[in-house]
Amino acid sequence: MTIEHHSHQILAAAKPLHHRRNVLAALAATSVAPVMAQFRVEVTGVGLTQLPIAIAPFRGDAQAPQKIAAIVQADLERSGQFRSIDASGAALDESSRPDVAMWRQKSADSLATGSITRMADGRYDVRFRLWDVVRGQDLGGQSFVVTQGDLRLVAHRIADFIYEKLTGERGVFSTRITYVTKTGSRYSLWVADADGENAQSALSSPEPIISPAWSPSGGQIAYVSFESRKPVVYVHDVATGRRRLIANFRGSNSAPAWAPDGRTLAVTLSRDGGSQLYTIDANGGEPRRLMQSSGIDTEPVFSSDGRTIYFVSDRGGAPQIYRVPVGGGSAERVTFSGNYNISPSISPDGKWLAFISRVGGAFKLHVMDLASGAVNAITDTTADENPSFAPNSRLLVYATQQQGREALMTTTLDGKIKARLAGQAGDIREPDWGSFQKQ
Amino acid sequence: MIKHATLALSLVALLAAGCSSGVKLDDVPVEDKTGSTSTTGSGANSGNTSQSGVAGVDLGQSARDAAGPVGVSRIVYFDYDSYVIKPEFQSLIEAHARFIKAGGNRKLMVEGHTDERGGREYNLALGQKRAEAVRRALALLGVSDAQVEAVSFGKEKPAAQGGTEEVHAKNRRAELSYR
Repeated sequence: MTIEHHSHQILAAAKPLHHRRNVLAALAATSVAPVMAQFRVEVTGVGLTQLPIAIAPFRGDAQAPQKIAAIVQADLERSGQFRSIDASGAALDESSRPDVAMWRQKSADSLATGSITRMADGRYDVRFRLWDVVRGQDLGGQSFVVTQGDLRLVAHRIADFIYEKLTGERGVFSTRITYVTKTGSRYSLWVADADGENAQSALSSPEPIISPAWSPSGGQIAYVSFESRKPVVYVHDVATGRRRLIANFRGSNSAPAWAPDGRTLAVTLSRDGGSQLYTIDANGGEPRRLMQSSGIDTEPVFSSDGRTIYFVSDRGGAPQIYRVPVGGGSAERVTFSGNYNISPSISPDGKWLAFISRVGGAFKLHVMDLASGAVNAITDTTADENPSFAPNSRLLVYATQQQGREALMTTTLDGKIKARLAGQAGDIREPDWGSFQKQ
Repeated sequence: MIKHATLALSLVALLAAGCSSGVKLDDVPVEDKTGSTSTTGSGANSGNTSQSGVAGVDLGQSARDAAGPVGVSRIVYFDYDSYVIKPEFQSLIEAHARFIKAGGNRKLMVEGHTDERGGREYNLALGQKRAEAVRRALALLGVSDAQVEAVSFGKEKPAAQGGTEEVHAKNRRAELSYR
């Protein structure tokens, strides 16, 4: 396993130079408001069955504030499902009829072409077309007219279109992630594109912020803020910046998790002594105790059908993951190997449980197939934290440490394709992947 | 007299913190039962017309503590994976108990902390156990539960930085802070 991993890294090392240069060029040319936490995509592994695709430079990319083709290409590579075929120098746009034989010869299966044009009113007209070069077939295209601020979003939508056409599944490139940075003594909550770019600060505070969680509809984030010098749960409307207190009871209030219908949150409260689980209305109100236990119960998370709450408890003497019906009842233990299993995350398709397990003093991301109970460790880092599934259940984002610095990574569920979303300003942590956005 | 002056000063600091966070007139303050005023703001990106607009909120300075008993440490250290108050901290607990009982309506926050190893939320729960151990010890000495609140910072506010056992030991603690 380890040896395979290393050989993959070597293979990958030769490849992404061209691609990385494009990403850097795109960053240099970006003229939007200064962004504190810039990211770089570093693919550190290569999977076995990847679709070879060529993304031709979009006509007008050179003069455009965002390099659409480079963003689309980085998205597709990060998914682990695609391998890029070099298309530099190709002079094509969405209305060109490509020489499919030539692209087949370059071993591409598909080809994307397009253009970006600045309009008189300052907006941009972005168009693209996807070709199956094996069959010589036009797979369709789209056009968008947007402001400069939405150009990256358009590139992600194009990547989503291509991903869905070629894999049959919905892409997650136009979704958003949230995370927390610590820079000096300042804590910030960020909202960023799923590739980590375009980060915008939602909250800045002199006290810690932890455990951000997107609402199912994607407009709000619940989190724990220590701004009043104790942990208190807020819900924050991202577009307006309006916040409301959800849980500010005596003692500690933490670990917010949304029910899939967005009407209820599960939280950990210590108001009755000890850390225990409660459910509470998303507009606030009186919490309802889920269970009574003598030890710690925390880190609740709802299954996607809303019927079950997974959580961490030390009721057996060491922290393990359990599940309980949402109406309460008897808890069932889910993790059995090791004596420290925490931070459960359930995939939206209900098939996978991601969690952190301590193995010989190292904290490592694990994925369990819930049907069989089979567990795999999928990282070679030692301080993994806080996994969160992409809405299509194909990728995870998690926090870890690399060279003594905090970093965010995405990984495929088999651990074969990882991309680092590397912040430049301060430590970066607590990622949460938002839901699909309305088209 | 001196204590009252300190309290007045920290109130001024609280108010100043509230004012410094750039509130616009049409913003609604968030209700906060702990006394400090938190605010919402929507100035940062109001000109942004993109579909992914985020309105930034900037919070001001942290509040400051009131004074505790003179010449008495306000930190209790714990062993690894332990929530038991060691005998050498008994006199510290007793001094704080006397101080609280002598001062009428003094409010004490007991803040539990852990070392950096492990998850943030689980460490928050472990820190809570340490804070509650101190609260119980004070209660045994006759301090009213109404005057003591046990809360946790988990691993978010380490007293020392680094990965050595010496550093970990400095971080496994409960801090007593008067409000």
